[in-house]
Amino acid sequence: MGDKKKWFSLDFGVSKGEAVSTNSSCGCGSTSGGCGSHNAPPKKEPVASSCGCGSTSDGCGSHTMPKNEYLITAEEFDAAVEGTMVGETRKDGFQQVFDVKMDRRTAFRKLTASLLIGAGAVQTSCSAIAGEETKEKAQIDWEEQFKGNYKLMTQEEKQATVDRLVRSYQLRKKENIKMSATDASKDVLFGYAFNISKCQGYMNCISACVEENNQDRNSQMQYIRIHEMKDGQGFKFNEADDNYYHEVPAAGHFYMGTQCFHCDDPPCVDVCPVEATWREEDGLVVIDYDWCIGCRYCMAACPYDGRRFNWSKPEVPEAEVNKNQHYLGNRMRKKGVMEKCTFCIQRSRSGNDPACVEACPTGARIFGNLLDPDSTIRWVLENKQVFRLKEDLGTEPKFWYFMD
Amino acid sequence: METFRAFISMVKDSIGYITHGSKVYHVWMFFLSLIILIGMYFYAIQLEEGLSATGMTDRVSWGLYISNFTFLVGVAAAAVMLVMPTYVLKDIDFKQAVLIGEGLAVAALIMCLAFVVADMGGPSVLWHMIPGIGVFNFPSSMLTWDIIVLNGYLFINITIPLYILFRHYQGKEAKAKVYVPGSILSVLWAVGIHLVTAFLYEGLQARPFWNNALLGPRFLASAFAAGPALIILVLAAIRKFSEFKIEDKTIKKIALIVTVAAQINLIMLVSELFKEFYAPTHHSESAYYLFFGLDGKTALLPWIWTAIPLNVLATILLTFHKLRNNLNILYICCFMLFIAIWIEKGFGLIVPGFIPGPYGKIAEYTPTWVEIWVTLGIWALGAFIFTMLAKTSIGIELGKLRYKKKRAVQTETT
Ligand code: SF4
Ligand code: SF4
Repeated sequence: MGDKKKWFSLDFGVSKGEAVSTNSSCGCGSTSGGCGSHNAPPKKEPVASSCGCGSTSDGCGSHTMPKNEYLITAEEFDAAVEGTMVGETRKDGFQQVFDVKMDRRTAFRKLTASLLIGAGAVQTSCSAIAGEETKEKAQIDWEEQFKGNYKLMTQEEKQATVDRLVRSYQLRKKENIKMSATDASKDVLFGYAFNISKCQGYMNCISACVEENNQDRNSQMQYIRIHEMKDGQGFKFNEADDNYYHEVPAAGHFYMGTQCFHCDDPPCVDVCPVEATWREEDGLVVIDYDWCIGCRYCMAACPYDGRRFNWSKPEVPEAEVNKNQHYLGNRMRKKGVMEKCTFCIQRSRSGNDPACVEACPTGARIFGNLLDPDSTIRWVLENKQVFRLKEDLGTEPKFWYFMD
Repeated sequence: METFRAFISMVKDSIGYITHGSKVYHVWMFFLSLIILIGMYFYAIQLEEGLSATGMTDRVSWGLYISNFTFLVGVAAAAVMLVMPTYVLKDIDFKQAVLIGEGLAVAALIMCLAFVVADMGGPSVLWHMIPGIGVFNFPSSMLTWDIIVLNGYLFINITIPLYILFRHYQGKEAKAKVYVPGSILSVLWAVGIHLVTAFLYEGLQARPFWNNALLGPRFLASAFAAGPALIILVLAAIRKFSEFKIEDKTIKKIALIVTVAAQINLIMLVSELFKEFYAPTHHSESAYYLFFGLDGKTALLPWIWTAIPLNVLATILLTFHKLRNNLNILYICCFMLFIAIWIEKGFGLIVPGFIPGPYGKIAEYTPTWVEIWVTLGIWALGAFIFTMLAKTSIGIELGKLRYKKKRAVQTETT
């Protein structure tokens, strides 16, 4: 790698702890990267003895990495990829049936209606007649309406709003949800790679994503789009079909998925007038749904069709609600706010792969920590001919494509 | 204290004055109120259902509201074309026209803000935008710049005429020392609201149709054609319906401004078309869609092919002094130009920005009735506000409204 790191100008190394050694004079440090999780380190040139490799071999010691090995074969890589997916393609977590009817209380609607401010005041002051629960609900709604921007909250405030939301859900739906507010961990920068040769257009990723992230079922919102393109014509997105309903893989076609690319220099973030969307430390571009005013400027600014808007009140049948939530991720949204792929923040921050990665039956999707030299994603970036879409725009997406 | 009392009296007098008038006036105001009420009813539907009540989708996420907003910023800035010569260059001719122009600017700005609010997904949390209380992403977001310049411009355009009218109301001359600096500021400011609004779109690398250095200058040129064109039409109406004297000379001078701006606008249009169609690139697809349609999707064709001929015809007619100096032809030209630019700088600019989408998807946009009625409602609101402002300032300028001369008001308004 070294200074020839043209395909990605991010610096994996600087101030990110000792786990990373991108010493420019030494090819080995990063090259040995992918090795850990796989069988062998792909290495062409022998390790230079004098430089950063020392620390690398230290780091790899636990993986019993032999030095001076040769390139990993494609088969081995495939096996490794499949290994990460085994047994996880079939999930039934969301099929459980909860026997709670959809209870859209009038009070709730009134409170969340546009002129909530006045209504909230009335509700609170009418506490004499209202029951304890109603009072609590009103109190929660009041505090929720006037809370600040999540990005600027202290740890306590973050926890407080999460607690309120959980309690509010409990009061309304008589169901418990789990909501976390996990912050980005150090030395993590998430990245994603997509294998065009593998994708067969099954769209398992899309359905897994919809279920995982509680997306509106009425409007059939999807973060991911799979573009079906004709073989032999290259990437002709404008002639591709991103909304097909036929058996796949269709002969003479190949498939390519797009979603939010979590740009490292995201134009969507710059344009937001209220800083309702921002880039987290671990590279995820997130939205505070409660702070968003729904101007859709970010949508116009995104060159990758990454954002989705709640044009009407999103509805998810109670039985299908994923109750394992994150404040910045798949918690329930309301109408008139922006949302998008978060690389399943509720999963990725607790060490899992996003739902799409897990659901893909072909292993076309690779996800991992770009700062971890042993991660699969790093191996792909360093050993495959990767490219990104619309690089000329300077947005530095953290989403690469490659072919076998 | 005396000043304060005079001010209260002016407010009272104005309210009295605008609630009385001729039959035509009452019918007109009643008609506008009706449209506003219908618009509000449809806005209530939109609030209840969400923006799905509009024709906008994830593929075309801005529509009629933002189009009208963009166009009206131009109209608002047009007042400056009258302010400059009157206050700064001491051209007496324009003095009466300018109060009307600034009234127009105020009405247009209020419409702008109304359109932005109508377009919001969460109007109840708009306070997030208020600096200090909310989070104001300045200077990174051009939208925050726009909020600043629009509100600042609104403030300037309210205070200057208010000051002048208030002085006149008291029977005193307005002090040039006070209002001239304000006027110069408003001149610069008007260019600012334009450029900033253009930058709103120009700064998006994601949308090649907008990401074009000519967008800002073209905004200016088209606005300085459409705005004064509207002012001419309004002055013509005022001449007809009130005793306010507006000389032919004033109208003809404004017509000159319209003509020059329209000519410059046309030159830029040619330059733009040349670039898009002589050596078409991938980035010319939006222009193709706008002018010829793509893949059989042709929703904008009738609009743009109405706008372009109107624009060209009006500009050619205006170019000939003989024709321009014939007031009837002038009014027709102004009307044509206004419509043409409304289309061109409205959804002829906004909608093709989204078509084709980032990956070439062509999804068309058709406004729904909810959207159309809300839009009409906001235009009616603007007309309503403008009528009130114009009537008051005409009343004061004609001397019908004077401090301690209330009797005159009552006799006039029977
Ligand atoms: S892909 Fe679009 S939404 Fe995602 S970070 Fe980049 S610009 Fe923002
Ligand atoms: S829609 Fe929401 S997130 Fe997007 S720019 Fe507007 S306020 Fe920010």
